[in-house]
Amino acid sequence: MKAFAELYTALDETTKTGEKVEALTRYFAQARPADAAWAVYFLIGRKPKQVVPSKKLRAWAAEAAGVPDWLFDESYDAVGDVAETVALLLPTPDRSSDLPLSHWVEDRLLPLRDADEAAQHAAMIDAWRSMDRTQRFVWNKLISGGFRVGVSQQLVTRALARVSGVEAAIVAHRLMGDWEPTPAFYDRLRMTDARDADHSRPYPFCLAHALEGPPESLGAIEDWQAEWKWDGIRAQLIRRRGDTFLWTRGEELVTDRYPELATLGAFLPEGTVLDGEILPWLDGSPLPFAQLQRRIGRKTLGKTILAEVPVVLIAYDLIESGGKDIRAEPFESRRSGLARLVESVNLPDRLILSPTVEATSWEGLTEAREGSRDRQAEGLMLKRRGSPYHVGRKRGDWWKWKVNPFTVDAVLTAAQRGSGKRASLYTDYTFSVWDDAGKLVPIAKAYSGLTDKEIARVDAFVRRHMVEKFGPVRTVKPELVFELAFEGIQRSTRHKSGIAVRFPRILRWRDDKKPEEADTLEGIRAMLPGE
Amino acid sequence: MNASDLLQPTEHGLYCEEGDFHVDPWRPVPRAVVTHAHADHACWGCGRYLTSAEGERVLRVRMGREAVIDAVAYGEAVDVGGVRVSLHPAGHILGSSQVRLEHRGRVWVVSGDYKVEPDATCSPFEPVRCHAFVTESTFGLPIYRWPSQQAVFDEINAWWRSNREAGKASLLLAYALGKSQRLLSGLDPSIGPIYTHGAVEKLNRAYRETGIDLPPTSYAGAAEKGKSWAGSMIVAPPSAQGTPWARKFGPVSYALASGWMTIRGTRRRKAVDRGFVLSDHVDWPGLLGAIEATGAERVLVTHGYSAVVVKWLREKGLDADVILTRYEGERDDKGAEEGEADEETPPAEGEELS
Repeated sequence: MKAFAELYTALDETTKTGEKVEALTRYFAQARPADAAWAVYFLIGRKPKQVVPSKKLRAWAAEAAGVPDWLFDESYDAVGDVAETVALLLPTPDRSSDLPLSHWVEDRLLPLRDADEAAQHAAMIDAWRSMDRTQRFVWNKLISGGFRVGVSQQLVTRALARVSGVEAAIVAHRLMGDWEPTPAFYDRLRMTDARDADHSRPYPFCLAHALEGPPESLGAIEDWQAEWKWDGIRAQLIRRRGDTFLWTRGEELVTDRYPELATLGAFLPEGTVLDGEILPWLDGSPLPFAQLQRRIGRKTLGKTILAEVPVVLIAYDLIESGGKDIRAEPFESRRSGLARLVESVNLPDRLILSPTVEATSWEGLTEAREGSRDRQAEGLMLKRRGSPYHVGRKRGDWWKWKVNPFTVDAVLTAAQRGSGKRASLYTDYTFSVWDDAGKLVPIAKAYSGLTDKEIARVDAFVRRHMVEKFGPVRTVKPELVFELAFEGIQRSTRHKSGIAVRFPRILRWRDDKKPEEADTLEGIRAMLPGE
Repeated sequence: MNASDLLQPTEHGLYCEEGDFHVDPWRPVPRAVVTHAHADHACWGCGRYLTSAEGERVLRVRMGREAVIDAVAYGEAVDVGGVRVSLHPAGHILGSSQVRLEHRGRVWVVSGDYKVEPDATCSPFEPVRCHAFVTESTFGLPIYRWPSQQAVFDEINAWWRSNREAGKASLLLAYALGKSQRLLSGLDPSIGPIYTHGAVEKLNRAYRETGIDLPPTSYAGAAEKGKSWAGSMIVAPPSAQGTPWARKFGPVSYALASGWMTIRGTRRRKAVDRGFVLSDHVDWPGLLGAIEATGAERVLVTHGYSAVVVKWLREKGLDADVILTRYEGERDDKGAEEGEADEETPPAEGEELS
């Protein structure tokens, strides 16, 4: 636990990826397989479900520290995180422990799940007594199911590759899918023999960068294929040894959630892996993403929802064919294989070949892109015809070329303190626009897009211009104007303004604008699809 | 506050009517008793200053050559307008004092800023029995409990060593008066050469003249052009971060030493490579211990988490109140931001050696 807490500190203290990989490599080089397996598990964001809710951690820690509830609350306000407040408040440990991470997780944490409250309480007090502040913090995060650290799976993969001498792509492949964090797993992860691929496993997804410059910078248009960029769930559909697996990009196995696609598997030839997008689709056209959200997170899927929000797989790519990994073949030839496959399966209400967008010049394509929103697409995907299916986000071959976001000028009307890094600062803002009666009506909440300096200035403004308090929310004098961007806009009966926006964020502070110059609800309504 | 109190908050500062003087005024007054030389406690332009003999030199650096400064040894009483005034070590920075006032059997103590753990750069805090105690509360929350100073120095030296190995300079950011010298006293000069920003070097001189032993330091501004700074330690005020001045050191690792570094969010927000938890203010257990040691029946709590500390003391049965300073009322809450100004803002005047 000590070594893992030290690793946590090292990762937390730097923003430089080189130093992070360095710290990870140092850790894996000395860790026992049993501990390393758990470390990998936690670092790539898999976490055991909450064992003890933070409300209880809070109560037990306050009691152990001799701190009344109100003083815990005051402390929490300064810290902004329950796990950390608890770690700071508890009395100094009276002993130290060299027990390894695997012991803490397997012998202490997991058994707590089935323990009664008294046993949980006693175990927590006992654990805290042998841990320093960082260890307590990490432990509390693990216990309450909220462990997070600033490393990507890619960095962990890189460090593991460095330690084991196994290619990063193979490590990444082995990290996908369902596995248990055991010493045997960790040994398998580091095996130099690469013929192990478990038949359920997807390939690491090939991801695209956002195109920032003009498309002309990509060279001749003949080298590129354009497709619509859909707003669904990226997934791989696998058919191997008579089994079907559906994996999302978030590495969740979701075969059961999409029975339409699970049954599609039986129509695919043995040894096939498709990359595509799960899209809600009805009567020949996509439904808004919000409809798909109705299905996500449901435990049971009734007949009604399946009838109202059926899904299809829009097929983008064929990456395994006849049991052979064909990721290294040029995209063009994979795509023609895919086209033949989709045609022979012939289930147009389940499997659709991603339509291409044809143009003979970049100007023509730019024009075609303007039609994205009418098709419920976010823009275009540009893929180099000769490109392999890369591991992860590589620059140069795949680009997402989204249509410009909607933008509005809105007035800051309320603010709330942030959490974590931004605790004690007002960083969560509510923005409003003018309604038909000339009143400000909230249109979006946003909390990103400002620099630290700007945040400090807004924070100072909020403190000086508070009007009313509603719980943690402070309304402020409507004075500051910001330009907001958002990706989508829909009618909503749940919002006072009558509309809901998707992915709102702050583009910039409009120092030059007065609140009277902010946009109107009428203007925003004009952006609704079909108006 | 009661009319019979020995000190009253006024628009100039804490005023003692009986003796006609102010303690730590924030606007110029004819007669000022000054706990220590930090800008928020010692203001320019007063008619006369009374301070400790230990603190005379540093106060002189801050108040200028023309200032009239009376110095008195710790524990030695003087009569100011019929009030018996003596100064007692506060352990905050060199020359920092608690002010003891005695008038007709009533004893008040104003602690100024203080900390209870002794360090090598000033006389250690000394509890003084009194009826009423005026205390700060910068870190008045139970989350603030300082690690031992030696443990922090060890961490800092280890950080310096690993930077040296990586071919980097170490830039340690700390308040120019007090914190910087305390850090210098804990550095291991065998690791490499130590340089300072002008604001720090000027005060180092005052410290050395007062008899405080600091490791050898050089003024960074005097170094020759094109010099390699790899392996060096540079101590500078926090305002130096990201300035052209700091860029000349080449590859550098930044660290900040402050009590606020206790909290992860604050550490991350400061965008330094390392945050060391070191404060010249009292932590929560130190604060409660200090209050108890005075035996005071009345406690007046000022800058920091004053409302929290007052509530806590009242629950323990003490007669406690918030005493208003000029900072009160500007913000609805007192938090990290305010204490930061006190602990981390570099001096406004005299950034470079004159």
